[in-house]
Amino acid sequence: NSFPILHTGGVHPVPVTLMPGEGIGLEVANSMIRVFEAADVPVEFERFEFTDLDEGVPDAVVASFRKNGVALKGPFNTPVKSKSKSINIILRTTFDLFANVVHCKNIPGVKTRHPGVDVVVIRENTEGEYSGLEHETVPGVVESLKIISREKSIRIAEYAFQYAERNNRKKVTAVHKANIMKQSDGLFLQCCKEVAAKYPYIEFDNMIVDNTCMQMASKPQQFDVMVMPNLYGNIITNIACGLAGGQGLFPGANFSPTAAIFEQATRHAAKSIGGMDVANPSATILAGAMMLRYLKLNEQASGIETALLEVLQDGKVLTPDLPGGKAKLSDFTKAVIAKLD
Amino acid sequence: MGSRFHSVGRRLSSSSAGKSFRATLFPGHGIGPEISAAVVEILEASKVPITWEEHIISVDNVKPGQDIVSREALDSVLKNGYALKGPMATPIGKGYRSLNLTLRKELGLYANVRPCKSIPGVNTAYQDVDVVTVRENTEGEYSGLEHEVAPGVVESLKVITKSASLKVAEYAFAYARANKRKMVTAVHKASVMKMSDGLFLSCAQQVAKNYPDIHYEEMLIDNAASYLVSNPGRMDVMVMPNLYGDIVSDLCAGLIGGLGLTPSGNMGKGCMMAEAVHGTAPDIQGMDMANPTALLMSALMMLRSMDLHDTADKIAKATYSVLKEAKYTTKDIGGNSSCSDYTKAIIDRIDI
Ligand SMILES: Nc1ncnc2c1ncn2[C@@H]1O[C@H](COP(=O)(O)OP(=O)(O)OP(=O)(O)O)[C@@H](O)[C@H]1O
Ligand SMILES: Nc1ncnc2c1ncn2[C@@H]1O[C@H](COP(=O)(O)OP(=O)(O)OP(=O)(O)O)[C@@H](O)[C@H]1O
Ligand SMILES: [Mg+2]
Ligand SMILES: [Mg+2]
Repeated sequence: NSFPILHTGGVHPVPVTLMPGEGIGLEVANSMIRVFEAADVPVEFERFEFTDLDEGVPDAVVASFRKNGVALKGPFNTPVKSKSKSINIILRTTFDLFANVVHCKNIPGVKTRHPGVDVVVIRENTEGEYSGLEHETVPGVVESLKIISREKSIRIAEYAFQYAERNNRKKVTAVHKANIMKQSDGLFLQCCKEVAAKYPYIEFDNMIVDNTCMQMASKPQQFDVMVMPNLYGNIITNIACGLAGGQGLFPGANFSPTAAIFEQATRHAAKSIGGMDVANPSATILAGAMMLRYLKLNEQASGIETALLEVLQDGKVLTPDLPGGKAKLSDFTKAVIAKLD
Repeated sequence: MGSRFHSVGRRLSSSSAGKSFRATLFPGHGIGPEISAAVVEILEASKVPITWEEHIISVDNVKPGQDIVSREALDSVLKNGYALKGPMATPIGKGYRSLNLTLRKELGLYANVRPCKSIPGVNTAYQDVDVVTVRENTEGEYSGLEHEVAPGVVESLKVITKSASLKVAEYAFAYARANKRKMVTAVHKASVMKMSDGLFLSCAQQVAKNYPDIHYEEMLIDNAASYLVSNPGRMDVMVMPNLYGDIVSDLCAGLIGGLGLTPSGNMGKGCMMAEAVHGTAPDIQGMDMANPTALLMSALMMLRSMDLHDTADKIAKATYSVLKEAKYTTKDIGGNSSCSDYTKAIIDRIDI
């Protein structure tokens, strides 16, 4: 089985579900929309503003996404106290968006501590520690279930190797804690090994998650494609973003065989700076461009990416999360638009 | 007792003023004996008022299935209250119970503390790291409770208890206060694991109320990991469940230059066991190449918990000066000195 990453809608303008989310979500989504408009992108957004309360995902949103199969999503903060699962998890499990893909690569002009970072983190998105199965066995003792299945582990491993193959990457590293979680992570590792055997021309190795984090902090250049269960994926995508320039720079995507949701890779709502016109919209604009590629609108995607990367490289109009940045979000957006065409 | 261990009470020195201590010494395996000898030599030269009870843990004369760590060794730690431990290897696949597991269980080592501070002279991408990971060490994802519920589907249990969470939080805040730190961050994923990590958080909140002088905050594990690699100066003392602690403490070690440099302390029922977090490094065993810094810094943690701050400061100062000069450092951090020359250089610089 292979995973189509191309949308075959053919309708113009292409309808896309938009969930701006909360915190900085509204303003970075608006920035992305302005850039899209300036670039004359043939996309029509069906926009839904809602936040992560106890209602979960509104029916109208689910219907829109079911119809369109493509969405752009902003951040949703899940309060610890809310009873419901997070919006993110509901979407991922309802639509079986099993693969989360984040590619972090140094961006010319953005100063970081490590040169030469170029990693792709592929994260199993539907099971593991995110099962939501928890209970209090006796007062003061809580059990939480982590689920690892052969079916889903094989599927994500296949995805990782196919990604590596399609994108001419040389190596896949499976990240796990099978020395401690011998059965669950052991199964995940075993599945990765089985899939790796079918791709003899792609190098395969594996690394324990704590060591992986240490290696990422000291020698991140050694990593290429990485594949892992849900929670480790959450942590390692954030490390990768942090290494390559910060939380607001890199896009991420969640794929099922037939649908996709694009978003800022780190998914943080950053409420403390929400509405202040200082957030970095780069990740969201790049998520939009990633979506355009998925829709086979490659030309528009390249135009937007090039414009954005030029603004970052010039270094004159940068948001405050980047070294030396003092610009407002809105000025950054204007600078990107000025670079278009 | 048989030849399974022997205990040597070695009087190092006694300070005329102040208290003296007894501590258990496990030289360990691989590079363990070399680096422990180096550390003991440095402490001795600093006139630390400690009498060592040395216990050699070895599998000779122990049948598979039996515990390798003798009752006497464990009792020695419980009686003395302090231990310094080199790395130990459990023979794999021969039915022995893991040495580290035995120690953790028997000594009730509930919290693992790993301070990571940038060391001038050691070249890394970070010069602004000064963080402490306090890790719950007895439960969480390391419960070992796993089973196959249906063919191809495995469940693994994470267990979080109120009592263990309160204990580790209490330790983190007490550590922060004793070491004049400003902030404790509880690291969690309670947005997803609402009950288990939620319980951990509510315990941390409860303890925080008793420490109004320490700023308390909560942060998602992914966010914390991202800050640590991009802006580590943002973090201070962090407290968290077992798996996150494992991950975060190694991440921090990576920031300052690796396992040869990072100390660790284990807090137990009435005892503290200092140990380096690295392994036995069989590849360089017996070659006088190992870096004793991690074990030395661990020993300094032990001195601090004995309230021997002045002596700890003196040794730290000498060590940092040798590292900064980078003339007598070991190969793992880019130098070309032997373990013994490095040790000598430190001793030469301790002013007593
Ligand atoms: N697009 C972005 N632009 C600028 N900063 C960002 C962006 N995304 C994330 N961040 C930073 O990452 C941090 C983590 O975000 P997160 O959503 O966890 O914070 P929060 O809890 O909502 O808000 P805060 O901790 O700032 O009160 C934020 O403090 C923010 O500074
Ligand atoms: N104190 C040290 N000084 C110098 N090099 C070290 C030190 N500790 C570890 N190393 C190096 O780091 C690498 C990993 O060694 P380490 O013993 O930690 O892991 P290991 O091989 O898994 O051992 P174990 O099985 O005992 O955990 C080795 O190449 C070793 O030489
Ligand atoms: Mg570890
Ligand atoms: Mg090891």
